Amino acid sequence: MTKARIDARFASLKAEGRAAFVAYVMAGDPDFDTALEILKGLPAAGADLIEVGFPFSDPMAEGPPIQRAAQRALANGMTLRKTLAAVAEFRKGDQTTPIIMMGYANPLVHHGFAAFARDAAAAGVDGLICVDIPPEEAEPLADALDASELSLIRLATPTTDDKRLPVVVARTSGFVYYVSVAGVTGVKEADAEAVAPHVERVRAASGLPVAVGFGIRTPERAAAIARVADAAVVGSALVEEVAAGLAANESVTARVLSKVDSLAKAVRSARVESLTV
Amino acid sequence: MNAPAKPNDYTAYPDAAGRFGDYGGRYVPETLMPLVHELDAAYAAAKADPAFQAELRSFLTHYVGRPSPLYFAERLTAHYGGAKIYLKREELNHTGSHKINNCMGQILLAMRMGKTRIIAETGAGQHGVATATVCARFGLPCVVYMGAVDVERQKPNVFRMNLLGAQVEAVTAGSATLKDAMNEALRDWVTNVHDTYYLIGTAAGMHPYPAMVRDFQAVIGNEVKQQILEMEGRLPDAVVACVGGGSNAIGLFHPFLNDEGVRIYGVEAAGEGMASGRHAAAINGGRPGVLHGNMTYLLQDDEGQITEAHSISAGLDYPGIGPEHSWLHDVGRATYLTCTDQEALDAFKLLAELEGILPAIESSHALARLPDVVKEVGKDGIVVLNLSGRGDKDVATVAAHLGRAI
Repeated sequence: MTKARIDARFASLKAEGRAAFVAYVMAGDPDFDTALEILKGLPAAGADLIEVGFPFSDPMAEGPPIQRAAQRALANGMTLRKTLAAVAEFRKGDQTTPIIMMGYANPLVHHGFAAFARDAAAAGVDGLICVDIPPEEAEPLADALDASELSLIRLATPTTDDKRLPVVVARTSGFVYYVSVAGVTGVKEADAEAVAPHVERVRAASGLPVAVGFGIRTPERAAAIARVADAAVVGSALVEEVAAGLAANESVTARVLSKVDSLAKAVRSARVESLTV
Repeated sequence: MNAPAKPNDYTAYPDAAGRFGDYGGRYVPETLMPLVHELDAAYAAAKADPAFQAELRSFLTHYVGRPSPLYFAERLTAHYGGAKIYLKREELNHTGSHKINNCMGQILLAMRMGKTRIIAETGAGQHGVATATVCARFGLPCVVYMGAVDVERQKPNVFRMNLLGAQVEAVTAGSATLKDAMNEALRDWVTNVHDTYYLIGTAAGMHPYPAMVRDFQAVIGNEVKQQILEMEGRLPDAVVACVGGGSNAIGLFHPFLNDEGVRIYGVEAAGEGMASGRHAAAINGGRPGVLHGNMTYLLQDDEGQITEAHSISAGLDYPGIGPEHSWLHDVGRATYLTCTDQEALDAFKLLAELEGILPAIESSHALARLPDVVKEVGKDGIVVLNLSGRGDKDVATVAAHLGRAI
């Protein structure tokens, strides 16, 4: 499984001629059980791949929505270990939806890269995005993930020029995550027209599908991105539904899944022509 | 884990990847990586450029007021009855602390790089004031991120920054202290990549900051070396400084690293006591991990979450420490002691009464360990302590702890 699950998902979407909708949720937000219920409901609501954030106290690349999501999760005792346990629970009922864990270096350093890779593979995780481990620092992590056949998903950004791009996509597999704006999550809006040439550039350099995220909040924007990229990632807009649900004393799960449904429908209807990967 | 081998040349670090042994590095999001490389190259070029160095020296002389005196503290020496105690008077610099040394170097670099907007983080406000000062001097807009808790307890410094034309952003995220201010400054930098220079105030963060800030602060140790040779005809037996992020300490220590006869002592903030768990001593009470771009000793819990630091001193109230200190600790070249809030307060009062100097509450942590260091080097010894800042900013804090209304 692992890398194979990501590759299989992108291959089947390519056959369908559409982009993937990737849902980002924070593990343990607002609490372990509710977050697990959301996680289990994501594929049926239309998520093709899932990014599971593991909370960190000092998330330097996140805007306020995901910062607060991490704080809610930590306040309720969420940890990296429990995140892996949640993924293992999810896997009991879903063998095909790829799960990418996303977070920061220190919990991984503390767990140990090799131990994390083994535990993550055992839990049914397919890949990892570590925001603050750039290629220059990634060799030990990449070695550990390779040994457990997990994908190291790399981030390319508007500041990654052509000279640097080969460094960024080296030792990556599964897909490449293109950060559509220079900034933190959930603040600036992604412009599909501006993003399109970068997606082509990253595809050409990596030979991998390119997911676009950071700044996609609405179905319209998700559809626009889905026309030019292989996947559209939404995170902040989903965790904001958790916050809104808590504030309104409504079902958090229903709110998040309803948002996923509308975003996924927009991505599915965005185009019919085949992908050019 | 075995202690790493002692290097032949302690000053040969960091390596090209920004490593001091296992510590340091560049743990930043990809968006910032090209900027970090750009800064690394720009600093290397500036460092090697005699014109840049001459310009910096000129401003340090005429604007900052360097060299700062090395002062023989006669009554303090008599009080402890042992080794001669010298104070390096960094508190006499313009803006009242060592912070300006680094700010002057970095602002000249920022202008050389064509950057037009400066951001900084601050804890006590000393670095914020120093940054606002150089921004005013060179006419650059300045945004200072400061934890909301620190804004509240350091109001005079907030007002000072405003007077100097800086915009102070109160950070409410997380624990609303220095680490959160640093997170927010990094978020600003990642958002404003084209025009903004991040002027980090301590010898921590991603490479090249720990090395660059150390180089700019090494003027302290270099002057001490020259001054003590003139005054005593020999090197000191020990040098002492307080350590938060550790810029004043590494500035004093670095020129002495290869002088094996000079003992090196850093003093971490023990807050309410090491046993209380409420402290800011990353080396004495933490473990290695990754935060704010570098691998270093950090206060963290059993799951790798960063825990809050506690210290009476806002300037030492940080859960990490510069990576070079982590390495100096591991290789055994420097010894890191601790000092509680109460011990620092006592040392603050003692220096005021014996020498007529109000030390910063940060520097008071180093002063508090003098009896131990004096005992260690013996009666004929010489000790140099870095008086990194003045205590005028701390009088309200000290009054509150003494139960006095002012």
